[in-house]
Amino acid sequence: MRLRKAFAQAARTARLMVGVPDYETYAAHRRAAHPGEPIMTPSEFHRERTERRFGGGPDRIGRCC
Amino acid sequence: MLNRIGWALLAVLGAIALGVVALHRGETINALWIVVAALCVYLTAYRFYGRFIADKVLQIDPARGTPAVRHNDGLDYVPTDKKVLFGHHFAAIAGAGPLVGPVLAAQMGYLPGTLWLLVGVVFAGAVQDFVVLFLSTRRDGRSLGEMIRTEMGNVPGVIAMVGILAIMIILLAVLALVVVKALADSPWGTFTVFATMPVALLMGLYGRYIRPGRIGEVSLIGLVGLFGAILLGEQVASGPWASAFTFSGEALALMLIAYGFIASVIPVWLLLAPRDYLSTFLKIGTIVGLAIGILIVRPDLQMPAITKFVDGTGPVFAGNLFPFLFITIACGAVSGFHALVASGTTPKMIESEAHLPFIGYGAMLTESFVAIMALVAACILDPAVYFALNSPAALIGASTNEAALAVSGWGFTVTPVMLDDLARQVGETTILSRTGGAPTLAVGMANILSNVIGGPGMMAFWYHFAILFEALFILTTVDAGTRVARFMIQDLLGTFVAPLKDTKSWTANLIATAIAVGGWGWFLYQGVTDPLGGINTLWPLFGISNQMLAAIALTVCTVALFRMKRERFAWVTMAPLAWLLICTLTAGWQKMFHPDPKIGFIAHAQKYSDALARGELLAPAKSLGQMRQVVINDWVNTSLCALFIAVVVAMLFYGIKAVGEARRSEAPTSREVADALA
Repeated sequence: MRLRKAFAQAARTARLMVGVPDYETYAAHRRAAHPGEPIMTPSEFHRERTERRFGGGPDRIGRCC
Repeated sequence: MLNRIGWALLAVLGAIALGVVALHRGETINALWIVVAALCVYLTAYRFYGRFIADKVLQIDPARGTPAVRHNDGLDYVPTDKKVLFGHHFAAIAGAGPLVGPVLAAQMGYLPGTLWLLVGVVFAGAVQDFVVLFLSTRRDGRSLGEMIRTEMGNVPGVIAMVGILAIMIILLAVLALVVVKALADSPWGTFTVFATMPVALLMGLYGRYIRPGRIGEVSLIGLVGLFGAILLGEQVASGPWASAFTFSGEALALMLIAYGFIASVIPVWLLLAPRDYLSTFLKIGTIVGLAIGILIVRPDLQMPAITKFVDGTGPVFAGNLFPFLFITIACGAVSGFHALVASGTTPKMIESEAHLPFIGYGAMLTESFVAIMALVAACILDPAVYFALNSPAALIGASTNEAALAVSGWGFTVTPVMLDDLARQVGETTILSRTGGAPTLAVGMANILSNVIGGPGMMAFWYHFAILFEALFILTTVDAGTRVARFMIQDLLGTFVAPLKDTKSWTANLIATAIAVGGWGWFLYQGVTDPLGGINTLWPLFGISNQMLAAIALTVCTVALFRMKRERFAWVTMAPLAWLLICTLTAGWQKMFHPDPKIGFIAHAQKYSDALARGELLAPAKSLGQMRQVVINDWVNTSLCALFIAVVVAMLFYGIKAVGEARRSEAPTSREVADALA
């Protein structure tokens, strides 16, 4: 059980390293804070995040020298 | 009590290790001493100085709502576990800089580099990252540029924007140059890097249409592809196809420019995102692997503690220890670019202010450790090999006979056979003048890793693995960075010609991308054709610009501390700021006006102009047209230095002005967002 938790944590870290936050957290937040409003599917979520990561803006300098 | 004894023991161990590193002379020392010294310094600094800054200087408040909590949207603003966020932040700040800078700095011996990496990160780099992250977290995750505007005014805001764009261009050029230098005349390396493109396209299509969002699966496929490419590369390089993948630096530069343009206008999911996965995971994996490798192999350092090149006559980069060692190391000790990252996505995901020291200060300490490992990898090489790899052909000639003679003449005895043997071992035709740091690091890493897995027979595999790893993440940076520069250019141009601001417009996109690629491409091409190897000219320019950005960031931090009425503690940012100003302004000045043509651009231009006037040709120029080009390049570089200096001096002026205003005010004037809400 602890191993599985550690793996899940590592997977979350790896995904956030490439700019994709946790989908479950997002979905849970939408359900709790905006009940009845649409929630992106996992693949929509992934697309949206990928576009956002490289979509420009002063806060999107995700890599360094 | 036990706790205190533990810290005291750690401090003593650190002091002993540092003592060994600093005072040992004559015989070689083990790399483990440097690693132990570094780890003790980091832990002690984090526990005491980091905590001091958190508790006394910034007075972080764990109870205060962070932007992630206040604006939680599950997307940009998400309260995130401290360790997960550390990974995100570290992956964003870790780049090629800390791997290249220390390798180049090794020409002065391992000691000066080690000391600056440790002192610099504790008192400058980590402080900057931490304070900027704190300031941005207190301001809804605003970017550095926006904070400059709100804390200092609109004019410095625009000046900083122009400065950041210029830095971006130079950064991309010098990173691209590192790749070109590593791949020139290397069919194995070139093939593997080329092969990453179809692999990435395949990953992109798979991740878009077959299994959307499966980052793990996609990355695994890519990884298999990469290793396949390295193995196949060996066959290609030794077969009849070798000549099809053997290119000169000039040809590679032109290809890279074309690639940069195409890669940054096609959809991100197709090429950039999959390569982003590969390069990020490969980078983290390789860093961890290298650390484990060093611990297992425990190699001896062959490089002397201090070489005779501290006097500024070294072949790798020109100029004295002060200021050029500091300029050369740059990112591993303090990197201005981190101020952009620390005011980017990370502050929007901070769960509690209590996590700020770990993420802000801690991630930068880790980055410095990466730089220490790069330095170790360079210093375990025979110094003669190091100088053969890093000296331009103009100084050591093009054959191993000439090179062995030249390097032995500097006091590092070597035979031509040794240099030929090493080239064969790493699967290359030659290792001479492979400047730019990446090949040196690759030889060092191949030494370490082949000792752990595979033995000498695997040297060539690990060498090309290391080259691929560096090339891959540099290319990803070039691609992503070109996009960032494009958006900046659109933003700047848009203030004059409104339609250019539209990021959806193809015309505006193509124009801005062309300007961005043209900018770095121009410097790249200039670097490739430079007789002294280009790195010699461009790396200091990059170092100066990076350190100047750090100076700008620390100016903002200082202003913010005064506006918070914490001037009692303002020395925490003012001390590193003062050092960076002294260093960068001296370096900038010397790059312009130094009488030695190896260092000063104007002296260099003068030398070529004089020869032109006499109708003489100076190598490497082969025609009068090329001679004129060299002179123009020098003047462009001079102007760029002047621009950097002007930006920093202007920011300093506005900084002093803002501090004066803050001091005249009785109450705090800093604009933190939660204050306005309360």
